[in-house]
Amino acid sequence: MSAAPLLRVDGLDVGFGGTPVVQDVSLYIGRGECLALVGESGSGKSVTARALLGLAGRGSRVAVRTLDFDGTNLSGAGQRAWRRLRGSRIGLVLQDALVSLDPLRTVGREIDDALRLHTALSPAERAAKVAGLLESMGLAAADAGRRAGELSGGMRQRALIAAAMALDPDLLIADEPTTALDAEAQAQVLDLLAGLRAGGSSLLLISHDLAVVSAVADRVAIMRGGRILEQGPTDQVLTSPEHEYTRMLLRAVPAGRPRGTRLSAPTGRSDARPHAPDAKLLDSSPSIGGPVLEARNLVRAFPVPGGGILHAADDVSLRVEAGRTLGLVGASGSGKSTTARILLGLDVPASGTVKLFGEPWVPLPEASRRPRRTRLGAIYQDPLSSFDPRRRVGAILADALAAATTGGAPEGAHDPAGLLQLVGLEPALAGRHPSTLSGGQRQRVAIARALAPGPRVLICDEPVSALDVSVQAQILDLLDDLQARLGLGYLFISHDLAVVRHVSDRLAVMRDGRIVESGPTEQVFAEPRHEYTRALLAASPTLATDTSD
Amino acid sequence: MGNASTRRAGTLRRRPRAGWLRAGNVLPAVAALTALFLVLAALVPGWLAPADPLAIDPVAAFRGPSGAHWLGTDESGRDIYSRIVHGARPSLLIGAAATALGLGLALLLGLAAGLGGRWLDAGVGRIVEVLLALPGLLLALVFIALAGPGVATTIVAVGLSTAPGYARIIRTQVRALRTSPMIEAARVLGHSPARILARHLLPNALGPVLVLATLGIGQAVVWASALSFLGLGEAPPAPEWGAMLAAGRTYLGFAWWMTFFPGLAIVATAASSTVLGRSLQRRAVGA
Repeated sequence: MSAAPLLRVDGLDVGFGGTPVVQDVSLYIGRGECLALVGESGSGKSVTARALLGLAGRGSRVAVRTLDFDGTNLSGAGQRAWRRLRGSRIGLVLQDALVSLDPLRTVGREIDDALRLHTALSPAERAAKVAGLLESMGLAAADAGRRAGELSGGMRQRALIAAAMALDPDLLIADEPTTALDAEAQAQVLDLLAGLRAGGSSLLLISHDLAVVSAVADRVAIMRGGRILEQGPTDQVLTSPEHEYTRMLLRAVPAGRPRGTRLSAPTGRSDARPHAPDAKLLDSSPSIGGPVLEARNLVRAFPVPGGGILHAADDVSLRVEAGRTLGLVGASGSGKSTTARILLGLDVPASGTVKLFGEPWVPLPEASRRPRRTRLGAIYQDPLSSFDPRRRVGAILADALAAATTGGAPEGAHDPAGLLQLVGLEPALAGRHPSTLSGGQRQRVAIARALAPGPRVLICDEPVSALDVSVQAQILDLLDDLQARLGLGYLFISHDLAVVRHVSDRLAVMRDGRIVESGPTEQVFAEPRHEYTRALLAASPTLATDTSD
Repeated sequence: MGNASTRRAGTLRRRPRAGWLRAGNVLPAVAALTALFLVLAALVPGWLAPADPLAIDPVAAFRGPSGAHWLGTDESGRDIYSRIVHGARPSLLIGAAATALGLGLALLLGLAAGLGGRWLDAGVGRIVEVLLALPGLLLALVFIALAGPGVATTIVAVGLSTAPGYARIIRTQVRALRTSPMIEAARVLGHSPARILARHLLPNALGPVLVLATLGIGQAVVWASALSFLGLGEAPPAPEWGAMLAAGRTYLGFAWWMTFFPGLAIVATAASSTVLGRSLQRRAVGA
């Protein structure tokens, strides 16, 4: 590493139409070093990265005191200068490879583009280079002939990195490169990035995930509200954070937090917490630990285009107990959501049965099932799409309350305002449209709606996957409170091992439609019996810090 | 990410124009004024044109536009302006009624195809395709040839020929909505199928079609006028734009105003409904 850093930025400001989005950001990246820019949605981290590429966008106003790349001053550089740098000296990898890659062109041609534009290599030399790049990314040379849609998420992301690395740039900027991936694919991409850095490339990694960052980055900069709050070596920032916000972020990470520990700091607002436990309400519900939802030997398969059969559920049996949480974990496509749909009576299994409170539930004609639907609720990954787009929050909740049978809705939550308070929202939110709410508020509204008919069981399908870590912490805490208060049984589905571990009493690991292992959560984590569970555990990034306070 | 919205706000501010007076606003504003005038003309023609549209004054026949007769007179000396204003009612009535009929029919077909099984969907789909293969006006002409001319048949004829297009859109909407998270959430809550259909499925499926129907009214007015022009709709001397066009055609050489102004009324109606429909569409997409 030479003395002068590869990239040095001092006093970067970016504004859109008079609104400052990035303010006074200063950072540097040494040669062969990885800097991670960590922040939640809207913190300005992506805008910062784009400004470093001269891509801040139309209508933006960029001002910078110093922008120095490899000894060249770039402040005020024109588009022509930027184009020479982009691709050849600075590469960019975006979050969603599916939209970043042209669906109609092969991966090989995508990678070839950069070579054709910036080098004088012959077609044969370029083809050899493309094959070499793909192989160095852990893909097969034959993958060059495939299109983005034919590759898995992890493969696509690696192909995208291959395209960004085609010209051997000095600096690679990766904007949330693993956010859309499941644990295994994420581990592969992280390995790859670590390998690139070891090979001498500099890396600017943008992420919301502290655990991901801790695995790769040398230094971390924490961003919030367009400013860098804190910057320093990864170990130092993670183990002895100086800023309160960093401590809050670290506390919100569920990895390694035992069940029942709070992840979010108390907000201090009295109405932000659900009310005290309601003894009367628990009278009618089954005692804690009693079975409420039982699935036996569920089988469901789908024909795959082009022949073959996908076994989405292959002899799945599981049991949700009152007041307890069963975690269901597995990679994308493992059949978790199909199982959830069968349990909710939205899909019909080829064979197998589900019982709700000991009574037959699946298979059953919808008409005889419907009166008991109030006992089973659901929340989803994307609450917004599950709301009627024409309705405001109040109308959505009123509609859900209309489904409740008498005495169904939880105590003190017989109207939209009461429901909103139950989930820690201001009743005034009833007049808002869901699209104007934040992600966390939307999920709270979704929980309120699910609770309106007074269910005893909630199926939570990836309920926090789309949320920032601090918001995720609040939602997980809320679900915990509601369980304690209402005696709810949860089936908690997630691809995120750390989250599942934090919320679950028991755990079931799913792969290719089969439950390969199940048992008490801590036992599964401590002594995983199945090799797939062990692989999942190894692939999951952890935050090795002690932040108990 | 929050960045996207701030960027959009940025691009809007990049083009400073004086207040609401932008190209994107002027056209809808003019269209809205035109539509307002037409609706007033249809509801209370006496306010806008006190003269009797049927009053004959042979002495004043074939007068060009003047202070006494703003838009001139026809071969019997009837005031063209009054006839156009009074003609708005039958034209708009036929246009709106035909569109409503087309939508109603399309709703039945679209719901049957969207909610029914594979066979029903395929059956309705083929019928709609056959109807779409024939030009709409031809379909209307065939119907009038079978049922005889008149206002009622014009409405049914135009309604019939617009239905297949709407039906196809409603079917697609219903198909997409039926498996949407929103409808599944309503099912999980335990709502009855009837309630889900009435309160969630129909309103959401109809939204885009209603916007399209605004565009369709202009189209229906043009078609109704075309049928009257051919002598198959409203009969002369009743003031109807298509019939006025047909009457003026003979004298086009020396009394251009007899065809020009009724034609202008048809164009203005069609154009204003199109502009309004488009701006509604854009607003619906932007929301």
